[in-house]
Amino acid sequence: MNNQKASPWKSIKLGLSVLFGLIVFAYGFQITKVNLEELRSETRQESLVRVTRALAKPDLFEYDQEEAVINQPFYTPCTANATTPSPDESGAYIVVTPACANPGETVTVEGFNFAPHSIGPVRFVPGSDPANIVTLGRENAETDGNGHFVLEMEIPDRPSDDVQYIRATIRTNVGSPHLTKTAYDTWEKIVETVFLALLATVFGTLFAVPLSFIAARNLMKPVRSPLTSLSFSLLGWPIGMAVGIFIVRLVSQFIAPFTSNLLVNILLVLVLPALLSVLIRWALPEEDTTIPTPGLRATRFIVLVIATLIGFVWMYQFSALLMNSGNLIAPKLGAFTFLGYFLVQIGDIFQVSIPVVGALAAGSVAGNFFGKLGQNISEKLNSGTVKIINIISSATAGATVFGLIGWLVEWLYQLGRPEYTQTGPIVTGALLGLLLAFTTKPKDTLPTGLVIYYITRTILNTLRSVEALVMAIVFVIAVGIGPFAGVMALGLHTIVSLAKLYSEQVESIQAGPLEAITATGANRLQTIIYAVVPQIVPPYISYTMYRWDINVRMSTIIGFVGGGGIGFLLQQNINLLNYRAASAQMIAIAVVVSLMDYISSVMREKVV
Amino acid sequence: MLQIRNLTKIYDGGVKALDNVSFDVPDGQFLAVIGLSGSGKSTLLRCINRLIEPTDGQILWNGEDITKATPEEMRRIRRKIGMVFQHFNLVHRSKVITNVLAGRLGYTNPAWGLVNRFPKSDIEKAIKQLERVGIADKAQHRADELSGGQQQRVGIARALMQDPEMILADEPVASLDPVLAHSIMKHLEDINDSDGVTVLCSLHFLDLVHRYADRVVALNQGQLVFEGLPKEIDDKKFKDIYGRDAERVG
Repeated sequence: MNNQKASPWKSIKLGLSVLFGLIVFAYGFQITKVNLEELRSETRQESLVRVTRALAKPDLFEYDQEEAVINQPFYTPCTANATTPSPDESGAYIVVTPACANPGETVTVEGFNFAPHSIGPVRFVPGSDPANIVTLGRENAETDGNGHFVLEMEIPDRPSDDVQYIRATIRTNVGSPHLTKTAYDTWEKIVETVFLALLATVFGTLFAVPLSFIAARNLMKPVRSPLTSLSFSLLGWPIGMAVGIFIVRLVSQFIAPFTSNLLVNILLVLVLPALLSVLIRWALPEEDTTIPTPGLRATRFIVLVIATLIGFVWMYQFSALLMNSGNLIAPKLGAFTFLGYFLVQIGDIFQVSIPVVGALAAGSVAGNFFGKLGQNISEKLNSGTVKIINIISSATAGATVFGLIGWLVEWLYQLGRPEYTQTGPIVTGALLGLLLAFTTKPKDTLPTGLVIYYITRTILNTLRSVEALVMAIVFVIAVGIGPFAGVMALGLHTIVSLAKLYSEQVESIQAGPLEAITATGANRLQTIIYAVVPQIVPPYISYTMYRWDINVRMSTIIGFVGGGGIGFLLQQNINLLNYRAASAQMIAIAVVVSLMDYISSVMREKVV
Repeated sequence: MLQIRNLTKIYDGGVKALDNVSFDVPDGQFLAVIGLSGSGKSTLLRCINRLIEPTDGQILWNGEDITKATPEEMRRIRRKIGMVFQHFNLVHRSKVITNVLAGRLGYTNPAWGLVNRFPKSDIEKAIKQLERVGIADKAQHRADELSGGQQQRVGIARALMQDPEMILADEPVASLDPVLAHSIMKHLEDINDSDGVTVLCSLHFLDLVHRYADRVVALNQGQLVFEGLPKEIDDKKFKDIYGRDAERVG
């Protein structure tokens, strides 16, 4: 405990800091223009009251209405032949006193036998046609319990010798209340909003989980590799990716004639997995108690390559199956056409992603394989040889990486100046590679993991600082106005923010189990699956829930920039000063957000 | 035969945790490692399976130098060395049986880990190990539902899954009560006796050392200060190991 006596110096310091705080606050008032005068101005208060009242009456329910339209003949000015028939008193009727008047005079209009407690306009109908829709005046009648009303109205300046009319249109609510068109529109858009958020969250989570592992310091820090392995692996990745894309293209060309027939699709989709499973089971034995011979290893590798090719064939067939069956059944499903449409779209997404999968798979295989080769070289050969190999491979790798970056820059900015985008980067990369190779001892390990960690973190932080709303603008340009742009924007933002949150969870796991699993001889992948994943499941779920919650809220405003969802309606109605409709949409948002909150807390409780 | 030669570990902050330690452990021996907290016992055990990278020196096991092993070789070495921890280090949210099966990871193909799949033979083996330590009925429970003593048995079952030739036990009973401590030590003794597994066990209580160990090495501030039979620890040796002001308890 701190039992120091109060000293004058301390009090002065405290006083000064309070004063400083006040000054900061005062400046804040000026900057944010805090001004209650504005609030007191009468016009503002009037508008405020109007808007608040409109907001309090959301445009959700309405009644069917019955109209009683009574046209009472009327002369203005009074002329000799100005005789008006007495009204038919059997039904609703109105009496105007006096029965004629000059323009600008005030008459009393009295209504009888109308529906009780109803309202409606009472207007002057110019011209001699009782069906004329043009009316003048702004009086509104409200009947009492007996269906009677009295009001005074001014006769407009429309003199005529012919008969004109005073018309009372009294409207009564009939039947039970039902939903308005606004309510239906709101419902449609809020459903869109929820699903927009759902899709964005699912896509985001799928990508964020693997990313979170390479953005976690505690997992990446122990990853070190010798320069030989690193540079070989860096060379392996692009080569592998190029080969992967090439192979996938070949497969797709080879398989193209066989994709149009639904029966062939079904047959292959069912048969190939069986074949695949046999091959994989042979090539990837569950346990190797003895070290496999190089020959066996090579055979297994070849079998795995064949299995991968078959896998690609299967993927193409599967996507074709989805699309063909979707197209076939969609017209026959009636209200459930969207299921067929879903199949077609999923099939399309699947097909588009096959080359990406192929490139990544081949890239990682080649990267790994080359990396291992480099590892072996640096372990088995003597320092001098390793040094020479390091110098060559590191310079090549540097040139390749920088060359690729240069190519990307050229593609983005179209500079058309090879000294900046080709020769420049390649030479720089090679020089940096040489520098690295000369400065590191041949067999030293480099903190590869940390480098990847920092690069990932930087990318994540940069992207995270761009608001989803801004991303939505970009995607609206890329894929057009609509919810898809919203899904993309929210999805991307979800990836980067979840990856960061997730990775912090990975960093805070207990180290004990990690140590224990490592001690059994598990490799990195196994350690992550058996020691890390079980520990991070509960926080991952709760963060995902939270993110879904955020996405629902974000998706309500992503429509402001054309990203789909309820925001579009909301903004439109606010701009049209249609506050009752806007109120309905705000209520919908509030209901959905609080429901989400409730559901997510229940689910969290269940799972965690 | 495990041969430790001039083993030195200096941590990043400059702390010398192990200072030129050398000793041999014949196959099948139950070796106790004693010393104060912070004397380097844990570091020594973790250097042997390279959970901690030694700074200098050699660890020869059956003639192979562990300190020079490549990652691939390390995997094969580690899977023959079981490890038991003071805080059990179970994965709390996983089932007991999964925790035990994890002992098999050094043998299984990593690709199958993606789908969380173990061979049938391993699952049977895991049940057998749980029977051996007397908690087969808890196989489907979550690990954190078990008491401390039960958790340590799971830890032992996990080490046994590795078909170990050596077990490193890092203060396996320090967080258990005396009765449980003896039951856990008896399991280790049984593994040592009937399976012929070499056991390196760091311990705090000398009565446990006298009761279970074949031989003792003592560390003080990273240096080897005693090597011999448990009964050779007299009052003078005791003060060498634990410091001049130490009192014998128990």
